[in-house]
Amino acid sequence: MRGCFLLLTPLVISMAEEEFTDINGNSISLDCQTHSDFCREFTVTSPKLSLRKVMVYTCFVWLFAYAVFFFTENTAVLSSAIILTLAGMMIHIHFVKVDHETLLIIGSLGVQLSSSYASGRESTIFIEMNKLKDIVINEAVYMHSIIYYLCILIKDPADPETVTSVVPLFQSSNPRLNCLVQVYRSCQEILAQSR
Amino acid sequence: MENRFSVSLARVRTGLLYRVLFSYDFMLTFFGSMPALVNAHRRVNLLVVGYRIRATSQKSLPFKCCNTADSGLLVGRWIPGHNSAVVLAVIHYPFIPGQVKKYLSELQSQTQVDLTVLGSWSMPKEGQEGMDSFLKDLSTIFPQKCWLQLSREIGKRGFTCQVVQNNGRLLQDREQKNGEGDKIILIHYDQRKVMLSQLHPVQDVGQKSDVEASELRLVFQTVAQSQPLFFLDKYDDGPLKLSHWQSEGREASIIAELLKQASVPVCIFLTWLLSLWYWFCSFRILHLPPVLFISSKLSTCVQSVYRAVHFRTVFSPKKAGTHVEFMRKANIFVSFLVDIALGLLLISWLYRENRISKLADTLVPVADRVAKELQELLEWLMGAPAGLKMNRALDQVLGRFFLYHIHLWISYIHLMSPFIERILWYVGLSACLGLTFALSVLSDIVALLTFHIYCFYVYGARLYCLTIYGLSSLWRLFRGKKWNVLRQRVDSCSYDLDQLFIGTLLFTILLFLLPTTALYYLVFTLLRLVVVLFQGVIHLSVDFINSFPLFAIGLRICRPYRLAEGVKFNVLCQEPGTPLHLMMEINPLKCSSVLQCYRTPTYSCYPKDSWAGLCKKLFVGELIYPWKQKTDKTD
Repeated sequence: MRGCFLLLTPLVISMAEEEFTDINGNSISLDCQTHSDFCREFTVTSPKLSLRKVMVYTCFVWLFAYAVFFFTENTAVLSSAIILTLAGMMIHIHFVKVDHETLLIIGSLGVQLSSSYASGRESTIFIEMNKLKDIVINEAVYMHSIIYYLCILIKDPADPETVTSVVPLFQSSNPRLNCLVQVYRSCQEILAQSR
Repeated sequence: MENRFSVSLARVRTGLLYRVLFSYDFMLTFFGSMPALVNAHRRVNLLVVGYRIRATSQKSLPFKCCNTADSGLLVGRWIPGHNSAVVLAVIHYPFIPGQVKKYLSELQSQTQVDLTVLGSWSMPKEGQEGMDSFLKDLSTIFPQKCWLQLSREIGKRGFTCQVVQNNGRLLQDREQKNGEGDKIILIHYDQRKVMLSQLHPVQDVGQKSDVEASELRLVFQTVAQSQPLFFLDKYDDGPLKLSHWQSEGREASIIAELLKQASVPVCIFLTWLLSLWYWFCSFRILHLPPVLFISSKLSTCVQSVYRAVHFRTVFSPKKAGTHVEFMRKANIFVSFLVDIALGLLLISWLYRENRISKLADTLVPVADRVAKELQELLEWLMGAPAGLKMNRALDQVLGRFFLYHIHLWISYIHLMSPFIERILWYVGLSACLGLTFALSVLSDIVALLTFHIYCFYVYGARLYCLTIYGLSSLWRLFRGKKWNVLRQRVDSCSYDLDQLFIGTLLFTILLFLLPTTALYYLVFTLLRLVVVLFQGVIHLSVDFINSFPLFAIGLRICRPYRLAEGVKFNVLCQEPGTPLHLMMEINPLKCSSVLQCYRTPTYSCYPKDSWAGLCKKLFVGELIYPWKQKTDKTD
């Protein structure tokens, strides 16, 4: 019987999604959405929690707990190991593991930075346009490497020439320069319009 | 479907961007799957608040949304310096322009917000065509710098906005394709939440001029100050028909109103009681130095003074003016209630099964035991402690001195023992004034019971301090130097032979007596530090109960929109050709910022010396008071 092979080639239409990596070499993805002429949203997605790592870690902790139980014959060790693993995992996905980071720039209104964690929690900061001096790419020398990072320069509206603080963006996903340059160019277009 | 009135904030900037804020319910028509959830939440929220003053059946709770509201005039405020406008309500047809102007000027004087007519809103129903030209003519009746024209067609999601300037020039054409010219942003917000919310960091209303204040702050202030505008609902038989978030009926809770009415006489009564207390405290006999000294050392008295000050703040009949005052009052009130509740709980636990008598019965044996342990310790020191050889004579003197003190102490305790139970029973009742009181009383009891340890520490420290002082001075003499008091430095000095001889002799004596005094000092300092540590833990917990802002934390958890750190924007889906629609939500303050911002200041200050300073003091033999309390006078 002749088999009929049906080849379905998925047609991937990515809205400005290319292959980027972060500074450690893990692959991340950048998504640019243009809502309007002066409103753009950039989302950098970090690699997800790797199941293998979780399993390895859990097995290690539980084997250790079994070994201690073998010597002490105390069941409290086992239950405390279970509780510790669960609590540690919950804390990790709620407070530590960042799923994606978003930069929403609205010309003449402001810039919104949002980090979304693996548990769904979102933490957002909104910076008004009159406090924003500029968006720049800075380079930092860290040990043996040079890291580029995108940051927002904040000014006090009463004193427009001084930079009062610097807010770095995409701190958890740490994209490389090619990704940052794309975001930088888009932001500068919008900032130029609103000046 | 339950909708809410929407009001809008419009921002107009010539040649650049326009923004209009609309209320929350606009989202309900956008996202059809959401309303059930949102409605349920809102309904539960409304019923929990209390009874409605106007009885409306549960089914007919429709709040009209701006996109389903009838056509009318937009009323709001232009934000100075930012080319924005906040629309607060919609006045429906029919209306008389003169009455509109009169109403707006009344509100302006009442709220100090310069409300004006911003433009027109048109949502034509069937059979109401031809409104557009009528709406354009309205701009002549209400002369404005810029006139907004918002309109929505039935069946479409987005609305369109046109801005007409004074000279009749149209600033934005709906059909403009090339995207140049003026752009408009429409922002939606929940009017009730923004009205009730307070933006942090809190600034007083008149502190900064409007031009310098940020736009967000001005928006929040405008909505908050326009509260009288929202008092007019559709049941009022006035000449004007308004639409806003409350126009379907003002909500109030009967319980809250009754409490407000009842609180005034209660406050007056409690203030009178407090004045009685102050009159009692102003007696001359209580201002004698010994009494003052003792009362400044007893933590119970300090705590009662502190609580009296709080009482005065909370129960003053004057209403709290600013947000900070209100939060302070509420925090103190709630922490006071919790304190009393915990105190009553403690009493019910202590007095059940006669635990207090059992406690009193164990108190004297415990004091005896402590004294016995101290005696054994001193016997050990008088022998060869830890293998060290002490100077026999000094050892015996000091040992006997301290042993005699302990003997006095034990006899004193035995004298008091028949009365201990009664005293403790009555003192335990003072816990009904609050858990902090009970803890302060405990701290004072511990201080009184370990008074002999404190005395021993003082004796040992003074002796050691004198020894060290003498040694350092004689060491300088030994080297041929002297301390110059005038210049505060060490200078060389030529001594006579007899001075040198006696100085060296004394130096030798003191040096060989040093281990003995140092050991006694070390032992008693350690004991004293143990007691101080225990008292410190009690003080910390009292401090914590006093200063923790329970009301603020409760507000942050249950009504997070009340304490706002900033805002969040979400982009709403739109159709091409319509302006950008954004949804503004309140970003609540972080819990750590709430704690930092709303902590009630307390009287105790933390150790004033750093660890290094403390160690230095211990080494030299200075007396340490690690938990020195702040007085009213600044040091």
